[in-house]
Amino acid sequence: MSLRGRAYIAGIYEHPSRHLPDTSTYQVYREVVMGALADAHLSIADVDGLFCDNDAGFAPWSLAEYLGLECSYYDSTDTGGSTYLAHVGHAAEAIAAGKCSIALICMAGRPRSERALVRPNVTPEFAFESLWGSFGPVSNYALAASRHMHEYGTTSRDLAEVKVAASIHAQYNPHALLKKRVTVDEVLDSPMVSSPLHVQDCCVVTDGGGAVVVVSPEIARSLNRTEAKLLGYGCYIRHSAHGRSDITQTGAAVSGPTAFAEAGIGPRDIAYASIYDSFTITVIESLEDLGFCEKGRGGDFVRDGTLVAPLGRLPINTDGGGLCNNHPSGRGGMTKIIEAVRQLRGQATPETQIPNCDLVLAHGTGGFLATRMASATVILGGHDA
Amino acid sequence: VKSSELPVGVPDVNVETEPFWTGIRERRLVLPFCESCADYVWYPRSFCPKCGLSRPPWRETSGRGTVYAFTVVHRSPLEAWRTCTPFIIALVELAEGPRVLTNIVGCDPGQVHIDMEVEAVFESGEAGSVIYRFAPCEGRGE
Repeated sequence: MSLRGRAYIAGIYEHPSRHLPDTSTYQVYREVVMGALADAHLSIADVDGLFCDNDAGFAPWSLAEYLGLECSYYDSTDTGGSTYLAHVGHAAEAIAAGKCSIALICMAGRPRSERALVRPNVTPEFAFESLWGSFGPVSNYALAASRHMHEYGTTSRDLAEVKVAASIHAQYNPHALLKKRVTVDEVLDSPMVSSPLHVQDCCVVTDGGGAVVVVSPEIARSLNRTEAKLLGYGCYIRHSAHGRSDITQTGAAVSGPTAFAEAGIGPRDIAYASIYDSFTITVIESLEDLGFCEKGRGGDFVRDGTLVAPLGRLPINTDGGGLCNNHPSGRGGMTKIIEAVRQLRGQATPETQIPNCDLVLAHGTGGFLATRMASATVILGGHDA
Repeated sequence: VKSSELPVGVPDVNVETEPFWTGIRERRLVLPFCESCADYVWYPRSFCPKCGLSRPPWRETSGRGTVYAFTVVHRSPLEAWRTCTPFIIALVELAEGPRVLTNIVGCDPGQVHIDMEVEAVFESGEAGSVIYRFAPCEGRGE
């Protein structure tokens, strides 16, 4: 069953704050949920499907109860930062199957204000990967970057171009955590965290959250909210294939073509892309795997302002992305969807709005490039797409 | 003697992986070997994920390999590792095929490079635990 045209994103909301020391995490959930529902001209009572990650609690029931939702459909698939893109696909599948008609996808977290909960790790790989001094994902992504540089000649300057483009966009976003435009040399001069990744190759740590409302075509028409139609969706888990995987390639090599095939379009048709940018290398590998350039040529591709709106060949992350604007709760997928919908609606910052933006892509990367990860790709178009 | 000042953690051993860690305590790198796939299994488990064969026999590997990817960690918030920077985390491709996450020790961080030949070294911790790391091959020091 194709999902093309079977669901619409009718409401979006990104929490405007990046630091929330004096609120509870569930209050943030409430704010983003009410914001997205208001944007869709819907109320809490209209929602019949709930989609949230594992940080929302042991199960979706905590959030359903807190918000006062009555849900006959729910899903807490959790693939890290790509979770919410997968939720868009799953919500559309549920809507197409008639299981729900107004699906709420929401996330919130406050890693800047409170230490994240460390869960006991019971995965089978843990014993073989926990002894080597890794902290968080940075060293894992650095391994992928080192291999990409070795195989394809990608340089630290190429990686820095991704951050530079994000900073050019972020200077126009009043909510962005980092609003200062930076140069390639400034990225290279920032302290090394885990070679070849510098501080400025890494995304920001922010409190906050966001929500989107996915609805059936009938509801979308009744709300007069038909400017963000789902055209295609794809996802893929790329694991270590018992120690033989190519770490220069992500799950986007499958999720991208799957989504493009469903949408009936190709990479050249895309006017704007939200590309998950936990680290600069994440963007380079994803651009290649999604087919925006040849495998291994991501470094060449991002030079000369390719990624800078509105005139670059492929403007990305016009909100400033995770690298400069927002990466709430360590999960950048929600903001990727939201900015893609803004571009379709003509609601990006005036300096970065792409004229006649009719086909957009949002892509998420969850997990760890050098070991195991999950990619999810969503393609959206306007009413006539 | 090649050893490092890096923290030696206590491996999380269970009934499925016990033969691997027993091998490490004996200073041998032993892995499940699937006869029908003619391939080693990584990470160790009680079946072959390629063909589904149960209980592939454990076989000793050469303990040698090459650096497939590496990163030099310059900043760590981890209490035990903070004072150890810079240190090297790498994926080592064993001569037998699998790529294994590990540290490279006995090597200046400025000297490590992809394709560098390395061999397993074994380090003991205070609690009596033994873990594996990799170091440049004897006689081929950089």
